[in-house]
Amino acid sequence: MEHLLYTALFAPLAGSLFAALFGARPKMLLTGIVTSALLAVSMVASLLLLAYVDGTTRVHVTLFDWISAGSFSIPFGFVVDQVSAIMMVTVTVVSTAVHVYSIGYMDHDKGFNRYFSYLSAFVFSMMILIMSDNFVGLFIGWEGVGLCSWLLIGFWYHKHSASWAANEAFIMNRIADLGMLMGLFLIYWQVGSLQYDAVFERIEFVAPSVVATIGILLFIGAMGKSAQFPLHTWLADAMEGPTPVSALIHAATMVTAGVYLVIRAHPIYEIIPQVGFFIASLGAFVAVFAATMALVNNDLKRIIAYSTLSQLGYMFVAAGLGAYWIALFHLMTHAFFKSLLFLGAGNVMHAMHDELNIKKMGGLYESMKVTAILMVLASIALAGIYPFAGFFSKDKILEVAFNEGAYVLWGALFLGAGLTAFYSFRLVMLVFFGKKEHEKHGIHPHEAYTYVLMAMAPLGVLAVVAGFFEKGFHRFVTTLLPEYTMHIPHSTAYLLIGGTLLIALSGIGFAVYMYGKKGGFPVWMEEHFCYKLLSNQYYIPQLYKEGIMKPFTTISIFLWKSIDQKIVDKTVDVIASGLVRLGKGANGMQTGNLSTMLRWMVVGLVTLLVLAVFYRP
Amino acid sequence: MITLTHYLVVAGAMFAIGLVGVMRRKNLLMLFFSTEILLNAANVGFAAVSKFYGDLTGQMFAFFIIAVAASEVAVGLGLLVLWYKRTGSIDLDSLQMMKG
Repeated sequence: MEHLLYTALFAPLAGSLFAALFGARPKMLLTGIVTSALLAVSMVASLLLLAYVDGTTRVHVTLFDWISAGSFSIPFGFVVDQVSAIMMVTVTVVSTAVHVYSIGYMDHDKGFNRYFSYLSAFVFSMMILIMSDNFVGLFIGWEGVGLCSWLLIGFWYHKHSASWAANEAFIMNRIADLGMLMGLFLIYWQVGSLQYDAVFERIEFVAPSVVATIGILLFIGAMGKSAQFPLHTWLADAMEGPTPVSALIHAATMVTAGVYLVIRAHPIYEIIPQVGFFIASLGAFVAVFAATMALVNNDLKRIIAYSTLSQLGYMFVAAGLGAYWIALFHLMTHAFFKSLLFLGAGNVMHAMHDELNIKKMGGLYESMKVTAILMVLASIALAGIYPFAGFFSKDKILEVAFNEGAYVLWGALFLGAGLTAFYSFRLVMLVFFGKKEHEKHGIHPHEAYTYVLMAMAPLGVLAVVAGFFEKGFHRFVTTLLPEYTMHIPHSTAYLLIGGTLLIALSGIGFAVYMYGKKGGFPVWMEEHFCYKLLSNQYYIPQLYKEGIMKPFTTISIFLWKSIDQKIVDKTVDVIASGLVRLGKGANGMQTGNLSTMLRWMVVGLVTLLVLAVFYRP
Repeated sequence: MITLTHYLVVAGAMFAIGLVGVMRRKNLLMLFFSTEILLNAANVGFAAVSKFYGDLTGQMFAFFIIAVAASEVAVGLGLLVLWYKRTGSIDLDSLQMMKG
């Protein structure tokens, strides 16, 4: 089994290194094929491991001793248990689909080989993150995916907006990573180890207030990676990267790392339900907050990005309330349908020659039937309609909120479900149906390559059927994760399901009616204050710009001009010019005359003699 | 009675004479003489101290120095003759080709 583990882990790395060999060369189809094939190998290995760890078995290997200093010792170890197996399968399935899709999507791009190198490196980092058996390995993977995310958001680095967005994402994550790092230090300080097993065994002997601090610090790290409020602005801007990247990194895998961290550290969060409740509240807030921003946005990819944000909020609600397996389940189903949605958006973008404004599309159904069908499937799954994947997982989260007696959270999520249904179908209606706005711009849309659609098909199937895995999934992961018991009566549960279905259906119906029959909302609404507030993302980016970036720039300029140039640089300059002057003075000794040189030699000899005689240390 | 001190004083005086010669003389030949005086000052010291302690190592060392000095003078004088043939002068102040 160890071989399978190593195959799953290192196949993406091999692909990345292979593609990197040709990084500076013009496009070679081979790099795309090799990386995709290696990813497929990794996927097969992950699936075999998933089959193997069923039950109580798990694979635990130690590659070598990694850091060893005094009593501090961290082996480079990996573990495949129920949680990491699920994550591995999710990541590799989506990654393989995205790799194959990218061969078509990046067809005409100059950086084809470089792109595949980055993409596979990302998958490798993600595998390290989810397979590590200690917090330090997790942190390395965490930073690795952050780096690859930076590289890929800024893939078209000649565009100012792309490089800006890449830096924004990186810096926001760095802020959060500081929190996480401090959490790790605190764990080591309290427990004396960073191995999961050792930490979770001994965490109950740590004072509850300290555990709460650890929980909060780790969650700050999760907030950055999973783009929770107030560190959420980077995710929407990250849409500057190529669309398959958005599908893989900023929807399916990397942004869910925060949720994974909370699930993985569940023994810590179980001790501190107050912190868990805070996480759930923040999650519910983000779920609604992001959904409202998605309502009015006209950017195809940003709508889906806000939707991702909102769904991450749902996952945090489940994780915060102690229903870890439900959070993981939603993570998995969400990965399937959200990456499908993004890949569909990529097809639309290609067809529309990189136009992103959905107001300029419309009527694309006729020319892109398969993409349209796949995106409608994904949207229904996202909206949570029976029997699609999103229904099972999202409904469970609402039930959990109700079950915990957190009716405010439940209300928020309920509202969020309606909003989700509405904005998903607003997008579908504006893009695929209605008037053909794009004809005014002289664009003739075309369907994507067949193999690109083939790559999307498995995700489409999973988006439809993944919900039916619920029973098996539950049995599988609860051997590791704690069981969550519902104590609301069945009748209430059915009522809740019915209510959620109803609001989702009415959201869809409303969107279809407004954009299908009536051809959109009247123009005066766009002048309304609420609309402006939402379309400007609650003015939060402006707030960050005015409140943080501008003062910071002022301080930086002040420090640069007065401290750096006048003190630090000056000190260095004085030392240098002093040495130059000394050299010029000493230059007089070098006459080239043997006599003079001999005299200096004697002077040196005498000096040394005097020192030798009189100097007593 | 001539004691160790006397020998060492003589050696010191010879060393001082040699040192002054090295510093003051402008004639290359004289420089060689001064170097010989310096070396022999050391020889005198070695021989005297060796006798004083009854240890032959010092005298052996003095022999080594004599041998080294002889070879040094042989090479040095050879170079000196060559130099004189080229430039017609063995004045130190004329030896300034390497001045930067």
